[in-house]
Amino acid sequence: MKYDLVVGLETHVELLTKTKIFCSCANKFGSEPNTNCCPVCLGFPGTLPKLNREVVNFAIKAAIALNCEVNLLSKMDRKNYVYPDLSKAYQISQFYEPICKNGYIMLDSGKKIRINHIHMEEDAAKLVYKNGDTYVDYNRGGVPLLEVVTEPDISSSDEAREYIEKLQMIMRYIGVSDCRMQEGSIKCDVNVSVKPEGSDKLGTRTEIKNMNSVTFMTKAIDYERDRHIDLIESGEKVVQQTMRYIEATNSTESMRSKEDAQDYRYFRDPDLVDIILTNEEIEKIKKTLPELPDSRFKRYVNDLEISEKDAALLVKYKNVSDYFENASVNLKIPKTVANFIVGQIFRTIETEAEKEKFEILTTPEQLNEMVGLIESGKLTMNLAKKAFSKMLESGKPVTEFVSESDMQGIPPEEIEKMCKEAIESNPNAVKDYLSGKEKALKALLGSVMRQTRGRGNAGEIEEKLKELIK
Amino acid sequence: MDLGKRGAIKKINKLLTDKEISCKELTNRYIEEIEKSDLNAYVIMCEDNALKSAEKVDKKISLGEKIGVLEGIPMTLKDNISTTGIETKCCSKILEGYKPIYNATAWELLQNKGAVLLGKTNMDEFAMGSACENSCMGRAKNPHDKSRVTGGSSGGGAAAVSGNLAAYALGSDTGGSIRQPASFCGIVGLKPTYGSVSRYGLIAYASSFDQIGPIAQTAEDAAIIFDAICGHDSKDSTSVKIEGGPSYNEINNSIKGLKIGIPKEYYDGVNEEVKSSIEKAMKVYESLGAKIEYFSLPEVKYSLPVYYILVCAEAASNLARFDGVRYGYRTENYKDINEMMCKTRSEGFGAEVKRRILLGNYVLSSGYYDAYYKKAQDLRKVIANAFNGAFEKFDVFLTPTSPFTAFEAGKEYGSPTEIYLADICTAPVNTVGIPGISVPCGFDSKNLPIGMQILGAKFSEAKLLNVAHQYEIATNYENNKCLETGVRL
Repeated sequence: MKYDLVVGLETHVELLTKTKIFCSCANKFGSEPNTNCCPVCLGFPGTLPKLNREVVNFAIKAAIALNCEVNLLSKMDRKNYVYPDLSKAYQISQFYEPICKNGYIMLDSGKKIRINHIHMEEDAAKLVYKNGDTYVDYNRGGVPLLEVVTEPDISSSDEAREYIEKLQMIMRYIGVSDCRMQEGSIKCDVNVSVKPEGSDKLGTRTEIKNMNSVTFMTKAIDYERDRHIDLIESGEKVVQQTMRYIEATNSTESMRSKEDAQDYRYFRDPDLVDIILTNEEIEKIKKTLPELPDSRFKRYVNDLEISEKDAALLVKYKNVSDYFENASVNLKIPKTVANFIVGQIFRTIETEAEKEKFEILTTPEQLNEMVGLIESGKLTMNLAKKAFSKMLESGKPVTEFVSESDMQGIPPEEIEKMCKEAIESNPNAVKDYLSGKEKALKALLGSVMRQTRGRGNAGEIEEKLKELIK
Repeated sequence: MDLGKRGAIKKINKLLTDKEISCKELTNRYIEEIEKSDLNAYVIMCEDNALKSAEKVDKKISLGEKIGVLEGIPMTLKDNISTTGIETKCCSKILEGYKPIYNATAWELLQNKGAVLLGKTNMDEFAMGSACENSCMGRAKNPHDKSRVTGGSSGGGAAAVSGNLAAYALGSDTGGSIRQPASFCGIVGLKPTYGSVSRYGLIAYASSFDQIGPIAQTAEDAAIIFDAICGHDSKDSTSVKIEGGPSYNEINNSIKGLKIGIPKEYYDGVNEEVKSSIEKAMKVYESLGAKIEYFSLPEVKYSLPVYYILVCAEAASNLARFDGVRYGYRTENYKDINEMMCKTRSEGFGAEVKRRILLGNYVLSSGYYDAYYKKAQDLRKVIANAFNGAFEKFDVFLTPTSPFTAFEAGKEYGSPTEIYLADICTAPVNTVGIPGISVPCGFDSKNLPIGMQILGAKFSEAKLLNVAHQYEIATNYENNKCLETGVRL
């Protein structure tokens, strides 16, 4: 029997706000333990949370970028559970009335992965296990999160990967999160079930908690799918439960069964007031959003005639794409800029993390200047490539590496003279050309180009040669 | 000079500015009287801080500088209002040794005005109780009859003010915890509108009900204190900016033509002596030109069940953080963290607190949420609408503060739910979020104080204080009876 895989994702995206969600402590990764905390985020008796408006603005940005509706009225709720990493013994979240609902991410295939809702909440503190003891680092307690919850629309681990990668890319573009899995700034819980192929009825699902790597997430989905199918095939039932993925063995194990599921006793947090938004505020935020990667990709391919492969590389990281945009200002053929980025710049960058940062010595203005010289015929591609390598190493402008005479070009009479000489000294090539061997002209062209030391315009020289031979 | 009769604040202010007594001397006298007293009003003293504050005031006076009306006035705070470096434990074992690292906003405001904090006063554990008997520090005694309860939960503050052991106190009121002890102790207690005084630093019992307010000898004193502590606080999102000037400027307004509504339901099952004493007060108001009209407010009967469901739910969540991990009490012996938390809470909380935590978790749990919590929330709106509707017709309501006067301490008065009925007159105010003030209006045959309650629409504190003050003047403060104990100047 064949089975359909059904996957839904709940993704926690840590926000890049300056301060935490309910107090004014710095929201910073990697500080000394327990240095970014105060009575409020430590949940000291009598303290009260105060909602950081920047978090609301970030949620609105995410809503717009993920095609969601923004709720003009939303509320904060308490999710009650006891754990040493939760200083108040409840997490402030949005359960009954989240800030955004009904969105989607479109996959390259054109399939929409629907987003049920996005809500705002606070992160818990971090438990650190050391020498058999458990320590609590409250720096992370109260860091703002968005939880993006999909419908069960994902039907393969590849789709799950693409969804997460697109979500990461969009969040980075709009500047709300750096979405670094290794730092835990994006994590997801995966709901998996299988059903007979084509059936409308969903199977029993299991939830794999806290996936913090895309690769392991896809492995976990595939493992869990196979486990479900094996159970069904052998006449057993899938038990609804929460699972943990074990990287070492590429398998899952049960964390808790449905019977042991927590009762979170959600209720409205009486310490916080309603979040009331207006359409004007939302429109205002909409105007601050940059062009999103999907739209850039389409524009690069359709309008700028960049290959899909290169366009995808350019839009993958916002810094790269922004660099491209800035380096292309007022140029006739931005594709040339794309070629320099994908060809020469990427060769100097080793890791994805460095690509994401895209901290290179050459400024987009310097690349723009150089490509401008190419377009105006003052600089040949050959010379430009050589100069650009040196520019990337030094951060100096193109004028440092090409001389005035390099850029002056060669007068037409000089070119004509060189062409005549080449024709005279290569009678065989001329003969071959006249007998129909087009390639023979290349030998003549090469000879003239050498004479110009690369400064000549190959197209013009070729035309001149043809004219003279005739 | 009789401190117990006409309010303490302006009197002390005059004594200080006239240099009849220094602030340090005065503060020392309070400290001595508190130490001598057996009322068990105070659970912790802060003599050193108090004397230091007093010396500062004396220095200002000696330099001929003008002092504010609250400057140098010895006062006290309920043990659930956070004070930097001074133990604040809600009279619960679970917070033993907990010294806050920040000040509650209400205290910060008073401190900035030069208030002299004598110490923290007794209360029912986490403000859960109506007699001040659920305290890990033992009960506070009613200065009018020490065998009787002070009322609660702000019993220590009421005993201190009534027994002349502080010029005034700040208490907190979740379902009557300021007004009911004020009425039992023969003084004035104001529960402000929800949101008019910052809750920041008030250790939460039920967050959507709690309010800090003054306990004072007179309505005039209460007005001075309320004006000093009210207003929007950026640390408390539920606090509100109040329109209009200080309530103190309104207390002398005429109340001619004032429409006083008497909601009949409040008088069901009320002690006859209490009832007749309030009826006498109605006559006083009529003589001042007010109009009295009885009316029915049937929704009020839902208030108590709604109140107890919602406060328990919020309390269960608010009190879950006391787990022994970060502050306060931690059990001695344990195997692992789960046992540590479990034993800490079992040993640290008293019976009434545990009962309310269990009730609260029950009404929030899945399967019961709709039947209890949600229904109670819906009814809360119904009750609020009924009250708001009635305030379109009346300026204020006049009701008893408590169906009876101070009862004897240490006795079982029935099941917990029967005891909860003590809050029947006070809880609706917190359910709706409006202000209420308890004003002494007479004494019963046992010479125990009787309190009447004046209620108004949201943010009508100035009106309530005005109406209370006019009554006190008209009756020549005969019910704000001073006691022959404590600091007599």
